[in-house]
Amino acid sequence: MSEAVRFHFTVDGDDFTSAGQASVQVKKNLRTLGIAPEIIRKVSIAMYEGEINMVIHAGGGEADVLIFEDRIEIHLCDNGPGIANIDLAMQEGFSTAPDNIRSLGFGAGMGLPNMKRYSDSITIDSALGKGTKILMTVNLS
Amino acid sequence: MKISQIQELLEAEVICGGNELDKEVSSACGSDMMSDVLAYVKDQAVLLTGLVNPQVVRTAEMMDMVCIVFVRSKAPTEEMITLAEEHGMVLLKTSKRMYEACGKLYAAGLGAKGVTV
Repeated sequence: MSEAVRFHFTVDGDDFTSAGQASVQVKKNLRTLGIAPEIIRKVSIAMYEGEINMVIHAGGGEADVLIFEDRIEIHLCDNGPGIANIDLAMQEGFSTAPDNIRSLGFGAGMGLPNMKRYSDSITIDSALGKGTKILMTVNLS
Repeated sequence: MKISQIQELLEAEVICGGNELDKEVSSACGSDMMSDVLAYVKDQAVLLTGLVNPQVVRTAEMMDMVCIVFVRSKAPTEEMITLAEEHGMVLLKTSKRMYEACGKLYAAGLGAKGVTV
């Protein structure tokens, strides 16, 4: 099946206050394309948590959103420290975020669980010292 | 309940979105933890929080919320106000604390429907 639309974003890891800008833009773009509101919400929240995670843990990264006829894929790629124990990181409440991030309303250990909650499938490929690649898919049907 | 009633009940100051006060809202939630808002909130129109940073507005935007009430007299920054205006969101500020502000709205009939755990 041919790829219909692709959006690419570079996520700035130096400034937490700007984190989430790409997700807000994706939400706008999906609205323009006439995607159903419930799908838009799932995609934008899943990506938002991923974007925040990249800023908190990995010093930023690259995000691509691909829109196919039957699904939307969110690809997140960073060169951060990697996830030591993915099973542990997927547990609600487990967090390695520093206190200053908690004071900003994040770092409650809900990032990866929320990404799983709002996507129809998620695959995480992480290597310590090399980085993390995440693919989230939201079905359009 | 109209946003204007929320403003009256909480004796709140309108920071932006003054032309949207007639908008009807049917539920609200209170939290300083944006991750929890993203995890547990569904179809809620109003966020009460004491947290002040741009992610509060972005989180509310992600959840399609139409109004944020800042409790404990917390004042949003200019950047936050600009972001809220871009999304047509109402920002209110009240001197009441979170517990009292939520209690007043709940007692007046603004429920918490749509919270999923």
